[in-house]
Amino acid sequence: MKKLMLGNDAFARGLFEAGCTVVSSYPGTPSTEITEAVAKYEEVYAEWAPNEKVALEVALGASIAGARAFCGMKHVGLNVAADPLYTASYTGVNAGLVIAVADDPGMHSSQNEQDSRHHAIASKIPMVEPSDSQECREFVKQAFELSEKYDTPVIVRMSTRVAHSQSGIDLGMRNNIELKPYKKDAGKFVMVPANARKRHYDVEERMQNIKEDYKFNSIFNKVEKKATVAGIITSGIAYQYAKEVFGDEVSFLKLGLVNPLPDQLLIDFASNYDEVYVIEELDGIIEDRCKALGLNVKGKEIFGCIGELSQSIIAEKLKGIVNKVKSFDEDVPVRPPVMCAGCPHRGLFYSLSKIGATVMGDIGCYTLGASAPLNAMDATICMGASISSLHGFNKARGEEAEKKTVAVIGDSTFMHSGMTGLVNIAYNATNSTVIILDNSITGMTGHQQNPTTGYNLKGDVAAKVNLEELCKALGIKRVRVVDPYNMAQTEKAIREELDVKEPSVIISRRPCALLKYVKHAPALKVDNDKCKSCKACLKIGCPAISIRDSKAFIDHTQCVGCGICQEMCKFDAIGGKQ
Amino acid sequence: MAVEVKSVMIVGVGGQGSLLASRILGNVLMEQGYDVKVSEVHGMSQRGGSVVTYVKYGEKVYSPVIEKGEADAIIAFEQLEAARYVPYLKENGHLIVSTQKIDPMPVITGAMKYPEDIIGKLKAKDIDVIAVDALSLAEEAGNPKSSNVVLMGVLSKRLGFEREVWINALKQCVPEKFLELNMKAFELGESVAEA
Repeated sequence: MKKLMLGNDAFARGLFEAGCTVVSSYPGTPSTEITEAVAKYEEVYAEWAPNEKVALEVALGASIAGARAFCGMKHVGLNVAADPLYTASYTGVNAGLVIAVADDPGMHSSQNEQDSRHHAIASKIPMVEPSDSQECREFVKQAFELSEKYDTPVIVRMSTRVAHSQSGIDLGMRNNIELKPYKKDAGKFVMVPANARKRHYDVEERMQNIKEDYKFNSIFNKVEKKATVAGIITSGIAYQYAKEVFGDEVSFLKLGLVNPLPDQLLIDFASNYDEVYVIEELDGIIEDRCKALGLNVKGKEIFGCIGELSQSIIAEKLKGIVNKVKSFDEDVPVRPPVMCAGCPHRGLFYSLSKIGATVMGDIGCYTLGASAPLNAMDATICMGASISSLHGFNKARGEEAEKKTVAVIGDSTFMHSGMTGLVNIAYNATNSTVIILDNSITGMTGHQQNPTTGYNLKGDVAAKVNLEELCKALGIKRVRVVDPYNMAQTEKAIREELDVKEPSVIISRRPCALLKYVKHAPALKVDNDKCKSCKACLKIGCPAISIRDSKAFIDHTQCVGCGICQEMCKFDAIGGKQ
Repeated sequence: MAVEVKSVMIVGVGGQGSLLASRILGNVLMEQGYDVKVSEVHGMSQRGGSVVTYVKYGEKVYSPVIEKGEADAIIAFEQLEAARYVPYLKENGHLIVSTQKIDPMPVITGAMKYPEDIIGKLKAKDIDVIAVDALSLAEEAGNPKSSNVVLMGVLSKRLGFEREVWINALKQCVPEKFLELNMKAFELGESVAEA
């Protein structure tokens, strides 16, 4: 029987079976589980690197050394790793090098909706795209073969629905590949201009060779030919949506190799049908190629380039079918994600909200500080941008801004790309106040270790970065630690550091309330006789507190007894055990 | 649609255990020899947000997602989520709903009201609604977090596969130290479905 497996887990299985031995990644939804799953195989060394650029360079180093290597990240992570990526294209590999990039159409958990196929085209690196778990496993193994045969890194493009859906896969045995010999080859790996100029010819030749070798049906690209008037060209998850709508009613060209695209196959397929539709999520990359080849196809004019596709969008646009729908007649309140009950970020953000600070935010759970009722965030751009944009903001507006503007950044994000921004604040001198929210874990992506936690991906004890010492070494003299559960102390510290005329760092330290080792206090209870229905406790946005029969009510299944609401209550109405 | 598949949606609030429920169901369906796809959305939805998982099965399943008007059954872990996702139900679909209520942030802040008598209003729409006090049953089993498994017990009586297959799936998906508790939760779900 096939085994039901998440796309990301099947990807990890493919890495294992392909004989991959070195893995270095940075977590990012929806890519994280690939690396978590592959770390469970004893035969594979796997680590969380501080960021994607480091991770890709580690994997490239392992490939140069002769080991099959892997590096995984989300779409925006590839921007961070773009520097090594574009030159790894020139060096090529020794043993196979496979990179996973997980796009997030619909932005379930991302700050933009970029289409990573553009990176593959621009860096001239082959890219393959699976459409279900079985293909994840299969394409990863094929990607290593492609990598070694054509001397190139290979990118596997995942998307949220492929990464996070389970379907059946067959399991295979591991191919225990021996370390390839390492031989110094400066012309290939030392990318000074004289060598790189020569390598650029190799890059172009390799892409032409792949195009030639994959110009017909192949392991990646398949024609499902039926006697029909219409044909569909598609790839990845869009194939599954289109197939559900049309089954065998139309012919399909399913593309698994999305860079380089197989020109001859596109021409041969399209010329068979009166109508040809290109169905692809996000940008019209396949469609544009078809049009450049002079083919009469339709795509983005029908489907657009924003958000996810689905079977119902395709059925509506191409067949005019709309499902009958029952509805609930009243407004249903939205249920946005919120900071968990007991979240250590809550106390800090309430303090910032109370002070009326301008807050340059960053990427992590604490981005939820932007939502009501805290509303304590002014900007969120990308990993590390809080600190650097704070410096720019303060340079632009001067002392007036320095007295009320802060950056907030998590421990893992600080290690990822916050440190360089902090050096800039010290070096180029603004009186900026940076708050590091140290919850002792990478929270948003589901609890991954990082260099500040003292453990590594395999769960072993590791070197632990001391954030206080690090900030001092980066040139910040004023570094202090607060407990965000103590809001009075936290607010006082923020006010003092905003006032002081030198750069400072506040470390807001308290482990994530969801960590297994964190011991919770008993749930709190409202004394209805003392509760004056003033609703002050609702201002902290705790999901465990609501109003029942005009009095504050604490849900004992959610409350972890953090006590923040007790600090809010002027009437001493919250206390004790339930 | 050209391809016939059965679709079950599991909806709830982050932290209620809908992922585990979808995995149990997925395992049961694989054991029955179906082609199965289970789809989940991670990330932001884990932080107390609205959580949706899709389970689809049939001879051949292509799309892993369920769209409006496609679900043969919806299992809602919370009343408001039942109201939110009812447009996904098929014409003659079934709605199994836990009577638990969890206020979302706009209700907590007073910006919006939690609708009254959701279950009554859904029944008035000629929808087959099976309302279960899963939270009380889960507490009876020993842990409020096991209401997901109570609802799987209810569903098992609707889908009608052999009991042993469900028990095996439970054993595969639940850590051993919580197995006894979850077995009890499952049985309580079965018993209310029969009542």
